[in-house]
Amino acid sequence: MSVQNASRVLTLPDSLPLDSGDALEGAVIAYESYGELSPAKDNAILVCHALTGDQYLASDHPVTGKPGWWERMVGPGKPIDTNRFHVICANVIGSCMGSTGPASNAPDGRPYAMRFPVITIRDMVRGQISLLDGLGIERLHAVVGGSMGGMQALSLAANFPDRAARVLAIATTARHSAQNIAFHEVGRQAIMADPAWAGGDYYAQDQRPDAGLSVARMAAHITYLSEAGLTEKFGRRLQQRADGSAGAKSFGFDADFQVESYLRYQGSGFTRRFDANSYLYITRAMDYFDLAEEFSSDGRSGHLGNAFAGTTARFCLISFDSDWLYPTAESRHVVHALNASGAPVSFVELSAPFGHDSFLLDVPALDRVVAGFLE
Amino acid sequence: MSGPRKLRPDLAVIADHIDPGTRVLDIGCGDGALMAALRDTRQVDARGLEIDPVQVEQCVARGLSVVQGDADRDLSEYPDGAFDYAILSQTLQTAERPDLMLDQLLRVGRQAFVSFPNFAHWRMRRALLVTGRMPVTRHLPVSWYETQNIHHVTVTDFRELLRSKGVKADRSWFFAGEREIGPAGANWRAEYAVFQLSR
Repeated sequence: MSVQNASRVLTLPDSLPLDSGDALEGAVIAYESYGELSPAKDNAILVCHALTGDQYLASDHPVTGKPGWWERMVGPGKPIDTNRFHVICANVIGSCMGSTGPASNAPDGRPYAMRFPVITIRDMVRGQISLLDGLGIERLHAVVGGSMGGMQALSLAANFPDRAARVLAIATTARHSAQNIAFHEVGRQAIMADPAWAGGDYYAQDQRPDAGLSVARMAAHITYLSEAGLTEKFGRRLQQRADGSAGAKSFGFDADFQVESYLRYQGSGFTRRFDANSYLYITRAMDYFDLAEEFSSDGRSGHLGNAFAGTTARFCLISFDSDWLYPTAESRHVVHALNASGAPVSFVELSAPFGHDSFLLDVPALDRVVAGFLE
Repeated sequence: MSGPRKLRPDLAVIADHIDPGTRVLDIGCGDGALMAALRDTRQVDARGLEIDPVQVEQCVARGLSVVQGDADRDLSEYPDGAFDYAILSQTLQTAERPDLMLDQLLRVGRQAFVSFPNFAHWRMRRALLVTGRMPVTRHLPVSWYETQNIHHVTVTDFRELLRSKGVKADRSWFFAGEREIGPAGANWRAEYAVFQLSR
């Protein structure tokens, strides 16, 4: 997928070791940054993006032209204040907005496609750390992330305990549940069932697996919202017809309901900016995520407290009462582990109607907690 | 009293008797006033547990480490002896099982401070005797049907609980209004009490 990309790019000087035992040679990390880095390089905040996010945190997206995905949170005078902090956001490896992923060319000059190694959340974090090394940033003021970004924040705290003074993990989990994995598997199967997927080798074709990727996005999008939110936004309201007539059932399979039309729009819009193979690889990385398992002696079951035994950071976890994808119990599980390991931790469950997506939307209490914790 | 300014008297007496540089868990920490004072004046590593999300938000905004949770349920998640002191101020009477809460306090903390309103204060007794209705006072300001104080306790009741559990009261303080009073006749005269406890 060739994307017009204005981002800065760092080519990693060393090969990037991966959990699978493989390594990525000559990997590149595309990133954006906002605000001045202090001479002592001690005011950097790394924001980690979610599954389908990217480095365009607080600047317009080059493909969609839409504002940055967290512009309400990051900017001058905002809770993550770029007048004070140097805020960095990098495209994760495996993604498709400039960092090395399945759509990138392998050393043989052809796209990796399914030859790309399976990566993990920890591998993404290794990429982030390599970027910080390249930028000469020893210790972050904070690492911040929601959803998969929160997983990276927790993984960074566990695996690189000296690299961040504060860890802010929002609407996230320390392990993917069976339900989380199940939803991701639906998305992957939708992509792989699309004939245009062609075993992942579609980059030279005219046709891309847009239909499959679109279905994957539609299914996932439902998990980001709440039942109450959907009911309030759409209810059972019918779609206005192209000829201007008021909504009526078509007795066919057009998008009769507004919610159908909305999901189709979400799905097709997504295919313009995202690579289907990246979707496979990143959902896989999330499904493999189990921080306790990483730190267990037998590699199977472990106590999450062990993951944070060496931490020197302060933690803050935030969940939302309407988030059923990563519900409050998952955050509490992390908080209990942090308490057990003696780390300073704050936790609050905020009330918001938007489901998992609440971390991206207008929740004033979230702004206050984020700003307060970063002080 | 030499405690930090503006603290409620029971919190000030607690703050005055916590050794500098120790680890403290403040259960029902509210807006974090005591934690902030301990951190700022005694270099204490203070953690809080608070059920109200708005208060937690205020604490986090003050740079305090506070977990939103329910003491009845969540105290059991803290390891044994994780803290030098566990503090329960004006919260005991809201617990589902104050006796079990006391066990938890002295499990997670080597010592504990407990403060509570004394239901046997003479104004309470007079109100109940004269009006025949559940008293509503400055320290217990909410009507019986909506109060969170589900286990009213007196100084004598509390002492009896300590005795039956073999818990030592290392120190105790009694207050009427904003004033500290002596221990004589405390079960009549004290509006609220503070106990420092250990096993």
